[in-house]
Amino acid sequence: MSDQSYVRTEMLSEQPAPLGETGVIKWMRENLFSSLGNSILSLLALALVIFIGAELLPWAIQPSWSSGSLRQCIDDPNITGACWGVIRDRFNQLLFGFYPQEEQWRPILAFFMMLTAVAPVLFDKLPRKMVWFSALYPFIGVWLLWGGTIWGPLMVVAGFIIGYFAHKFLTGVVGELAAMIVALLATIIWWLYGAGPVAEMLSAAMPIGIPAIESSKFGGLMLSITIGVSGIALSLPIGIMLALGRQSDMFIIKVLSVGFIEFIRGVPLITLLFVASVLLNFFLPPGTNFDLILRVIIMVTIFAAAYMAEVIRGGLAALPTGQYEAADALGLDYWQSMRLIIMPQALKISIPGIVGTFIGLFKDTTLVSIIGLLDPVGLIGTIQGSGDWNGIVWELNMFIALMFWVFTFSMSRYSMYLENKLKTTH
Amino acid sequence: MSQTAEKEANSSAMQVSDEVAIEIRNMNKWYGDFHVLKDINLTVNRGERIVVCGPSGSGKSTLIRCINRLEEHQKGDIIVDGTELSSDLKNIDKIRSEVGMCFQHFNLFPHLTILENCTLAPIWVRKTPKKEAEEIAMHFLEKVKIPEQALKYPGQLSGGQQQRVAIARSLCMKPRIMLFDEPTSALDPEMIAEVLDTMIELAEEGMTMICVTHEMGFARKVANRVIFMDAGQIVEQNEPEEFFNNPKSERTQLFLSQILGH
Ligand SMILES: Nc1ncnc2c1ncn2[C@@H]1O[C@H](COP(=O)(O)OP(=O)(O)O)[C@@H](O)[C@H]1O
Ligand SMILES: [Mg+2]
Repeated sequence: MSDQSYVRTEMLSEQPAPLGETGVIKWMRENLFSSLGNSILSLLALALVIFIGAELLPWAIQPSWSSGSLRQCIDDPNITGACWGVIRDRFNQLLFGFYPQEEQWRPILAFFMMLTAVAPVLFDKLPRKMVWFSALYPFIGVWLLWGGTIWGPLMVVAGFIIGYFAHKFLTGVVGELAAMIVALLATIIWWLYGAGPVAEMLSAAMPIGIPAIESSKFGGLMLSITIGVSGIALSLPIGIMLALGRQSDMFIIKVLSVGFIEFIRGVPLITLLFVASVLLNFFLPPGTNFDLILRVIIMVTIFAAAYMAEVIRGGLAALPTGQYEAADALGLDYWQSMRLIIMPQALKISIPGIVGTFIGLFKDTTLVSIIGLLDPVGLIGTIQGSGDWNGIVWELNMFIALMFWVFTFSMSRYSMYLENKLKTTH
Repeated sequence: MSQTAEKEANSSAMQVSDEVAIEIRNMNKWYGDFHVLKDINLTVNRGERIVVCGPSGSGKSTLIRCINRLEEHQKGDIIVDGTELSSDLKNIDKIRSEVGMCFQHFNLFPHLTILENCTLAPIWVRKTPKKEAEEIAMHFLEKVKIPEQALKYPGQLSGGQQQRVAIARSLCMKPRIMLFDEPTSALDPEMIAEVLDTMIELAEEGMTMICVTHEMGFARKVANRVIFMDAGQIVEQNEPEEFFNNPKSERTQLFLSQILGH
């Protein structure tokens, strides 16, 4: 028998991996050419991309940025495709509609403040104190956009403060539920009868404010964002309440929730928008001037909320009953267990659906063009109607599509980030 | 001989008082038309450790779930810690915070860390300041011997560890009574012992316990009484030695022969 013992006398140095085991080549072999079928598909896809690119790029890449009208593009022999001058010429309108130029710093400021306000909601690493700004932002934002006296929004905020203190002082005296009801009534009565006159008085005494801008001047991307962001911010809490209502043990609440959800989901958004633009005025007391944009926001919100409720119901249904039981067994009350145990998990499961509904809502804001609001899509008609740009189609549509895509794609990316972050197992 | 000596020592440490912790009188429960619990009478004194066994579907879980009102009974009375369980909501939350419960499938909250699982109820129900709640939580996590897992999530722990966390989570509420519903039956054999050890330790400290379990070794070691249920009724109850060595009812004999292995 030969001796099987062996001792290595010299350690081997590291060799570079053979070509094709690393980097691009390895990736391509594994992902694009792993089998015959895969290779054929890859080649076909490549051909398609090249074909589309070869058609599109020569059309798109044109020295037409400075043209002042479609006529100019057509007459210029150097321009054989897209006439991008329209974007430059109408850029301001596509962003702000007919909002007066000298006041446009307001929507811009409101937009960046909005980003600041949502930041602590989206990213939990940011200081928690920022949430105070988020809570105040709706009033600041509305005031910046519509303008007028500062006392108006301040009096609305005062309503919340009145409600808070009414609740705080009465809880000890008359009990939790009664205090809640009284506080709510006090707030509503203040808004209906107190806020208006007091705001007028104060602004007469101390006229602080910025020029008021009518809703009819709103337009462009700014209008889409105003409706979209309000709709998103409002539809999530309403959707959560509806989903909980649908699960409720209380018969009336359950029936109301189911009825609402099924009715709203059953009608097209566009009919709701027509109701908002025409019919709602019949139901309101004569003389009330209920802003059209506000009406549209309400309709878009309840429409999205109904969908949201169903998405969240799916998440609730996916939770094991043991979670409800464990929360009950520890002595948490209904709202505590919903807020601390059930909703965080149900919402996490529902993230893709919720973000899907948000994206749908944001794109659906373009439907307001049908009831005559001048969002970017509504502006296409206006721009085509002007002598300079009569006949232009593709350039405008592509640019508007790109604007919307930037927003919806960010939402989709955020949703993926969030899902990743919330993973709690390996 | 040393075994009996140890037993003596244990039972002297595990004092049972005359004070009544739980009283159940002529309690009946139905699921729709199905009569699941029939005329249950049971008195548990403070410090008693009761093991409930019986075939699957006999109503063991339903019985202990009635005690913290995860299920509502329709007839008879249940009095826990001097408070009668009725439809008055205030009572229920109070009872539930005094009665801890461990489930077969642990039911930890997967979106919270181990520490957060343990501090949640003290903070929100007992209004304990966060810092203090965390100290209490660490104390009980040490007691169940997993303080080093405090910052992990339940999904990263083994079954036995999760069940010990569930016990710690209940203990953080400083309950006067603990209910266990088959705490070891979802566990791999090698993890059963670690959970039972925790429960034995708890029993030795004088906790009032009702355990649904088929771990007969555990029953012999800590129980003052073993209750056998079948078809929604209490068929037999006795102190463990008598119960195992000398069962009176035929049903009990059959059941014991099945689980003790032929
Ligand atoms: N929520 C429920 N609705 C209807 N029947 C139920 C429900 N829960 C349990 N049961 C029935 O009640 C009986 C007792 O169940 P359970 O108390 O879980 O038994 P055990 O814990 O002893 O196995 C079983 O027949 C079971 O099918
Ligand atoms: Mg059971």
